[in-house]
Amino acid sequence: MSKTAPGGQDYESTLSSVARFFGRRHRQGGQDYESTLSNASDQVAEFDQPTGFIHKVQHTLHTNPSLVPLIVLLLSIAVFGLLLGSRFFSPFALTLILQQVQIVGIAAAAQSLVILTAGIDLSVGAIMVISSVVMGQFTFRYGLPPEISIICGLICGTVIGFINGFLVARVKLPPFIVTLGMWQIVLATNFLYSANETIRAQDIEASAPILQFFGTVISIGSARLTYGAIFMVLLFLILAYLLKQTAWGRHVYAVGDDPEAAELSGIEIKKVLISVYMLSGLICAFAGWALIGRIGSVSPTSGQLANIESITAVVIGGTSLFGGRGAVMGSLFGALIVGVFTLGLRLLGADAQWTYLLIGVLIIGAVAVDQWIRKVSA
Amino acid sequence: MEDATQPSFGGKPTCWDAGKADGDQKSISLMVTPVVQGRGLVKRYGHVTAIDHSDFDLFPGEVLAVIGDNGAGKSSIVKAICGAVIPDEGEIQIEGEVVHFTSPLDAREKGIEIVYQQLALSPALSIADNMFAGRELRKPGFMGKYLRQLDKRAMETFARDKLTELGLMTVQSINQPVETLSGGQRQGVAVARAAAFAKKFIIMDEPTAALGVKESRRVLELVQDVRTKGIPIILISHNMPHVFEVADRVHIHRLGKRHAVVDPNNITMSDAVAIMTGAMDPPPIDEQQLTPITQAA
Repeated sequence: MSKTAPGGQDYESTLSSVARFFGRRHRQGGQDYESTLSNASDQVAEFDQPTGFIHKVQHTLHTNPSLVPLIVLLLSIAVFGLLLGSRFFSPFALTLILQQVQIVGIAAAAQSLVILTAGIDLSVGAIMVISSVVMGQFTFRYGLPPEISIICGLICGTVIGFINGFLVARVKLPPFIVTLGMWQIVLATNFLYSANETIRAQDIEASAPILQFFGTVISIGSARLTYGAIFMVLLFLILAYLLKQTAWGRHVYAVGDDPEAAELSGIEIKKVLISVYMLSGLICAFAGWALIGRIGSVSPTSGQLANIESITAVVIGGTSLFGGRGAVMGSLFGALIVGVFTLGLRLLGADAQWTYLLIGVLIIGAVAVDQWIRKVSA
Repeated sequence: MEDATQPSFGGKPTCWDAGKADGDQKSISLMVTPVVQGRGLVKRYGHVTAIDHSDFDLFPGEVLAVIGDNGAGKSSIVKAICGAVIPDEGEIQIEGEVVHFTSPLDAREKGIEIVYQQLALSPALSIADNMFAGRELRKPGFMGKYLRQLDKRAMETFARDKLTELGLMTVQSINQPVETLSGGQRQGVAVARAAAFAKKFIIMDEPTAALGVKESRRVLELVQDVRTKGIPIILISHNMPHVFEVADRVHIHRLGKRHAVVDPNNITMSDAVAIMTGAMDPPPIDEQQLTPITQAA
């Protein structure tokens, strides 16, 4: 109390009666606590550039979160290429990987969008299957033109996505619960509706080949690309554009990052959330269409692992499960990494369990890297 | 309410007891249209009256501090002004025009910006992204119109200019995520965003509450800088030294009402606190500062 500023005011002393009431002694005498500030450094508002190699790496990864999965992907291709030589490092094998991951890849694209908003979509697999069943059954049970059936299937996926989005954004239920419930509801509906009937590949080929459109193969030399694989890559490119280059994309990140802040800065978070779940449903429906192309038939029991595999791809792809961070391309790399490991280990003659073991390691590693990248501000 | 017939600001003050209102007004020389004028605002939540027939005035070019004890309703009245709370009764005019905001977005469209205590910045997004959240610029021509591509370069340039204007920029990267900034820098970005887009006025809710001494100082300087640009500011704060340093007038809120408006140069902090807490009666109307302080006076 020795130092009182000229003009310093004892603005709190009137509170002393209040303080006394509570049996506390209140501070007497104002202090010019800011007078020493003139000596303080005033570099508060400067933006320091972090130095050091590790810091730089951390910073680069922070801005390009899909860099890690890309490096892992290239490394794993290189390693398997060295181990297996031309058996693996051939256009045929590499395009085979694309074909094998296309369904999971498309589902992972849908999953990435939802996870970017700090949600999770456990119903991607179910939406995918029911959409394919709708496409098949509408064509074969009701005799609708297959094109119309496909549109109905796509609408079906979008509507389920809308319900998910509505429950998450408007009713404010946790995404995990909403989509867990929706998974069961949709899957049960799928079995009830289809009566567990498979539509055979030959029938589809004979009367509605457009259902198998995504299975169409283009051969370039020994490389064999399907429309489904091409569609997957295009889908990722489109989503990457939308997320990076449009306002909607920035809003998706903002909502996942901090929904309250997003709302306060004037982003209509409910609309963004509903649009994300709808788009996710639509993409899943496309995955269902691609699924028909991949397996040839329409089977209500197919695609059961799409949920877990899509989440795996997204996580390995470096997208944070807490939302707001990550890049959709990472999920493509994540799906491809799984594909490379699966094929590579199979060609090596290893037990399939090694694939799962390594993928488990990758998942934990990816999340550890994510946590490290987040500390960039520290 | 008693002020229904009041033409505008130059008339009798009305916020407290009508008996006193007959006293002479001191030094009203100009009929300035207030930027914000609230009259007879009421907001009830069940049995609680958050705003109890309160008035509110903000004049061009001033920093108006709103102080009040916890629960006095200072947040409520400011929220009513920016559309976050819809008053049950009363009228709000912005530059003489009656408005009925139903959400903060309405207020934002009118050119009212708010700097929130919790900042409202998305940590993982860049400074530029944050400044333009919800009002992004699109590229001209085909790319912007049909592919809805953002004009990142224009936004970055704009953001950089605005930060430089407020002396916040020694920067390498405007694309730096906000989470890599310190608390003061983030507050700086939030203030710069508000200053860049505010056409009418800025509301700052406890802008220094979460900051250290040094950073608070910087933010107060920002407040001064923004005022120099001619944008009026409503400053809600608990920090008396800060209030007395930057405010032109101090609106003292008590029990849901405007209790007094004082000139910080003519009152001590202790008296202001005494009025705020009810330990002292507010000064008579003619000693209050209900109008802007004119240069001549």
